[in-house]
Amino acid sequence: MEFVLFIFLPVIFAILVPFAYKKIKGIHTGWFVLLVPLVLFSYYVSFLPLVMDGGHAISEMKWIPSLGIAFTSYIDGLSLLFTLLITGIGSLVVLYSVFYMDREKEDLGSFYVYLLIFMTAMLGVVQSDNTMTLYLFWELTSISSFLLIGFWYTKDKSRFGALKSMMITVFGGLMMLGAFILLSIMGETFSVRELIAQAPDLMNQPYFTLALVLLLLGAFTKSAQFPFYIWLPDAMEAPTPVSAYLHSATMVKAGIYLVARFTPIFGSASTWIWLVTGIGLLTLFWGSFFAVKQTDLKAILAFSTVSQLGLIMSLLGAGAISYHATAAIFGFATYAAIFHLINHAAFKGGLFMIAGIIDHETGTRDIRKLGGLMSVMPISFTVAAIGSLSMAGLPPFSGFLSKEMFLESMVALRHFELFNFDTWGIMFPIVAWVASVFTFTYSMYFVLKTFIGQKKFEQLPKQPHEAPIGMLIAPMILATIVILVFFIPNVIGKWIIKPAVMAIQPTLYASPSAVDIHVKAWHGFGAAGLWLTIGVVVFGTLLYLTIPKWQPFYRIQPEKLSLNNGYDALMRGSEKGLNRVSRLYMTGKIRTYLLYMFAFMSVTIIAILFIKDAFVLDMNSFTAITLYGSLNAIVLILSVGFVVFAKSRLAAIIALGGVGYSVALFFVIFKAPDLALTQLVIETVSVALFLLAFKHLPALSTHGETKRNKVVNLIVSLSVGVMVTLVALSSHSQKMIPSISQYYKDTVESEAAGGNIVNVILVDYRGFDTLFEIAVLAIAGIAVLGMIRLRVSRKEPNDENK
Amino acid sequence: MKTNDVILQTTAKVVFFIIFLFSIHIFFAGHYAPGGGFVGGLLTTGAIVLLLLAFDLRTIQQILPFNFTIMTAIGLLLALGTAAGSIFFNVPFFTHAFSDFDLPLFGHTSLHTAMLFDSGVYLVVVGSAITIIQSIGGDD
Repeated sequence: MEFVLFIFLPVIFAILVPFAYKKIKGIHTGWFVLLVPLVLFSYYVSFLPLVMDGGHAISEMKWIPSLGIAFTSYIDGLSLLFTLLITGIGSLVVLYSVFYMDREKEDLGSFYVYLLIFMTAMLGVVQSDNTMTLYLFWELTSISSFLLIGFWYTKDKSRFGALKSMMITVFGGLMMLGAFILLSIMGETFSVRELIAQAPDLMNQPYFTLALVLLLLGAFTKSAQFPFYIWLPDAMEAPTPVSAYLHSATMVKAGIYLVARFTPIFGSASTWIWLVTGIGLLTLFWGSFFAVKQTDLKAILAFSTVSQLGLIMSLLGAGAISYHATAAIFGFATYAAIFHLINHAAFKGGLFMIAGIIDHETGTRDIRKLGGLMSVMPISFTVAAIGSLSMAGLPPFSGFLSKEMFLESMVALRHFELFNFDTWGIMFPIVAWVASVFTFTYSMYFVLKTFIGQKKFEQLPKQPHEAPIGMLIAPMILATIVILVFFIPNVIGKWIIKPAVMAIQPTLYASPSAVDIHVKAWHGFGAAGLWLTIGVVVFGTLLYLTIPKWQPFYRIQPEKLSLNNGYDALMRGSEKGLNRVSRLYMTGKIRTYLLYMFAFMSVTIIAILFIKDAFVLDMNSFTAITLYGSLNAIVLILSVGFVVFAKSRLAAIIALGGVGYSVALFFVIFKAPDLALTQLVIETVSVALFLLAFKHLPALSTHGETKRNKVVNLIVSLSVGVMVTLVALSSHSQKMIPSISQYYKDTVESEAAGGNIVNVILVDYRGFDTLFEIAVLAIAGIAVLGMIRLRVSRKEPNDENK
Repeated sequence: MKTNDVILQTTAKVVFFIIFLFSIHIFFAGHYAPGGGFVGGLLTTGAIVLLLLAFDLRTIQQILPFNFTIMTAIGLLLALGTAAGSIFFNVPFFTHAFSDFDLPLFGHTSLHTAMLFDSGVYLVVVGSAITIIQSIGGDD
């Protein structure tokens, strides 16, 4: 069984979804879709025993063998972890969406198709061993995310957010493609595994640093790191199941995956460690600091996602230090990164679902209007509290363990002595701690402002009540996981985290069991993590209690200086600027464009003929002048002259037909019956067509042309004529490459079983050309039909914003 | 002004069939003698254009009640399908096959998949040319 095909299971199932949606009205489409992630999850779980022992599985399907591009599913600890996240959280999200998305009001067909496309894309990203297919799937996640954010496409904000996210992530994707191409130039392979095997050699290659930076641009844009995070808050316009799935649990972690996957190649470079750790910490701080500013529940969660992603990123950066320092504490960092990644997916997914429930049951997500919901929504409150406390890093929840490991790792950075860390290293624990304080604050802000405090039900659009039980199942499962992991961290470690750590740092560990880490909740009073956590709680509580006093200070930052404004200005500016540039030469008149084209063509070709000294005239190859030939030439020249000087279009068109017919006669004289036949018929049909179109054209006028225009036209047309004549003469006079005619003569009978070479060329030898030509012809026909028959009246208003 | 075009109309009725039959002949002969799907299609188009000149667009649509847009699509699918068909026989895309058959009525005949492809070309040429002419001519 080629399990690489399982990547495509969701997208194949997506073909059936619209039928299920249209035909089966009684059952919510989501129930059918739920099968896909469930089946995949239970299938991929069966890989756990293999991967736990440090093994891996490969399945390959050839795609473009000549270029070395294949769909390769490579399952090791890291990709299995992500695969299980994608399918596991995917199942819960689909279950949740069954209750969230109204069967009557929403276009469920499109929704689940997009979601399934995303699932395939994401599985492809984390399992692909081939960088080209990895890139393909990577961009497919961007596109499906675009579709899902813009799902409610009648809202301006949805479309804006969708476009913004696509602009930024596709930009990053292209940068990443650059990195992959550079890597393939350096390592002469597209396979990630083979690249990793030659990692020490790649270090010294000239493109190494460039590839590193480009790859990180891809990862940072996708994982919403500073300063690219601005797309994530706007992506919250998506339906909440999408936010929970794409924009917190899976897609935004693709960047994390990329960094983890390429750590064996780039990890030993100082640029990598500085950039990943530094940008990660900056994002952690920035996100947590601005989360408290937000008033929309989902915006708070978006900023908190940004900050948590920064946390994981910085841990991966710190983990790469273990290539230089043997201290176990740095291996610890990678472990913590993976651990926190799992925890984050669990608690953040749950929190997003709760935010969706609140929105669903009260009609608003504005935290200023909410309050005191605990009494009416006790289950939601419990789940939200578990998630928030885990996010804040408190026991007995899983977030506490990974958060403490994070703080320990950051403190350990002080002792690292390479790459100037001895001077600046002290910054890292300080920033990490301050960010943790803010994390605590916004976690409290999220849950307490919503559920506790004054009841303001009269301000709410709907009378709030507890959500239906079906909607609560998914967040409740996630909350259970959050608690469970706290009590059995080492089981999770043994089954999932250690194999993943080994996959990230294959040179350091021989097998997953060699990762010598045992997670404990209690390290004794001497542990730095404990005191830092206590400090976080104390200062975080203080900050929370004083929020009304300092929240207004956010307004000090002028709107003009924000990153969002920078993005808007960039978009507007490039649109306006480029418009201005193209207006410079785009006059809207076809005659001007033709002038450009002809002038350019004749100038370049004549120049090349001149520079390369390519003009050759060989009178010997010419045929003798015959009576018929010269008569025909006279007719031809006369008709051309008539076209140029004709006063009416009708006359010009008929004269043009005359030109065509005399050319056809030349074909007859030179014994090319196929060409003559085709030319004759084409001429007939096109004259008829011209005459039909003729009555729609305005009367022949001068279009306000001056004498200077006419001189320019004359020069250009003369040079085109000269160019064509010169090229024709010299190409006939010299054969630089032996003619292929003999090959055709020899093989037309044996290979193609035909007699007429011209037609066999059309349908067989060069069938591809014909195929594309008739495709173009069909497109032209449909375009004319669309332009004329189906054109929309201009007076009709654009109903996009209705 | 109402023109008297009795001669044109009468001639067109006869000549149409001559051109049309010739185009079919040229289409089938293409593999061995001058001709082929492209020229054949153009000739058929020419025949229809002749009818158009003699009569008006509406009459033509009554005589030939085809949807020429769909004809284009069928032709394109036929061409693409012939080209893609070779994949199922595990030979490269666009490999043609041919063989000799003894058919009733026709006797010993050589049949080619190239012919299928060529008929796709024929349909696309006729379909899109007439689509263009109909849409430009019908826009009043």
